[in-house]
Amino acid sequence: MNKSVSCAQAVEMIPDGASLMVGGFMGVGSPHRIINELVAQKKKDLTVICNDAGRPNYGIAHLISARLVKKLIATHIGLNQESQRQMIAGEMEIELIPQGTMAERIRAGGFGLGGVLTSTGIGTIVAEGKQVIEVDGKQFLLEKPLTADFALIGADRSDYRGNLEYSLTARNFNPLMAMAGRVVIAEPKTIVPMGVIPPDSVVTPFVCVNYIVEGAF
Amino acid sequence: MDEKTIIAKRVALELKDGDLVNLGIGLPTMVPQFLPSKIEVYFQSENGIVGLAAMPAEGYENKALTDAGGGYVGAIPGAASIDSALSFGLIRGGHLDLSVLGGLEVDELGLLANWMIPGKMVPGMGGAMDIVSGAKRVIVAMTHTAKGGKPKIIPACTLPLTSARRVSLIVTELAVIEPTDEGLVLREVAPGVTVEQVVAATSAKLIIPANVLTMPINVDAQAAA
Repeated sequence: MNKSVSCAQAVEMIPDGASLMVGGFMGVGSPHRIINELVAQKKKDLTVICNDAGRPNYGIAHLISARLVKKLIATHIGLNQESQRQMIAGEMEIELIPQGTMAERIRAGGFGLGGVLTSTGIGTIVAEGKQVIEVDGKQFLLEKPLTADFALIGADRSDYRGNLEYSLTARNFNPLMAMAGRVVIAEPKTIVPMGVIPPDSVVTPFVCVNYIVEGAF
Repeated sequence: MDEKTIIAKRVALELKDGDLVNLGIGLPTMVPQFLPSKIEVYFQSENGIVGLAAMPAEGYENKALTDAGGGYVGAIPGAASIDSALSFGLIRGGHLDLSVLGGLEVDELGLLANWMIPGKMVPGMGGAMDIVSGAKRVIVAMTHTAKGGKPKIIPACTLPLTSARRVSLIVTELAVIEPTDEGLVLREVAPGVTVEQVVAATSAKLIIPANVLTMPINVDAQAAA
């Protein structure tokens, strides 16, 4: 099955108020064309789960500047002043979570686990309101799984079935999010014929991907 | 020699042959240039690479190869791309030998606060909480005092903690201080700095051993070049 759609068609599927996981780390490895199309179609009241708030005019900073994000769940917002301003002014809700914990919460969501136990955050404000579980005399926080309505994935190469390869540090959260979205839309840099990506190079197998955004021909 | 260079030079002496090391954004990224040439050290960046190398020459940057701050970097031959779960598995799982990161406050228990100033600056913890909780050794590399001379090594942190785990070492432009069960021990002073100067710039109680060493670094600006 050829899963390719235009960028506009992909974004038309996303309703206002949707929760979105967006791959990328400071914009590196983010699905930039989908992000721009979300802004063009003015999708509102979004809950966005992403490592960070992007950098000015790069990555999900575009969504934040266009005031389309109701709530951001992220690990770091320091390189985007506008996100700090919106948070302090109470215009956007921000939940900050440790990066390793975010990775594992997304993995738990995508891998069918009930949560993860981590020592990260013990004895800090991150632990507030969370269950502490002792295992063999050591304390851990119970961190619950994260999933989203849509996962928006930035990939390097895809084939027409949706096997995905990633490049260098553009990989980051993308393979984890590709497991944790109820609908997974991948934006590869290029789409190649079946068989061009060898099985050993596939990081996200095609069964995880619902739609592939066509190249910008 | 400026204070950041003193700190970076001294921290570089803590890196051992074969170490896997994570460097925080800012001052810690200056450390590699002062490494002794005989040792081989591998750098990990939490955004997903083992085998980070210095910035490539102009024109050779790759948009898919950056450090955790989004700045262009290189990779050594034999580097490995990893996803965020594996990256933090290395950090939390005891595979990361050393982390060097900045600090806003460190207290008498050796606890670090470095990720937010409530109501003023809330960049977020990024990977710092996992790194301080999980790395085998954690070195805080920071200026000894804040702007205006306000001590950053204080009796008890006033800012939100990064971790309940004690850091391994504090390196500033004035001193090397080791948090221990007994408290903060002054191990070294910078060349030309007296114990009294360090004590005056520190509001936390310092344990002063009989023999406080001088940092084994050359601070002569000519020799540093």
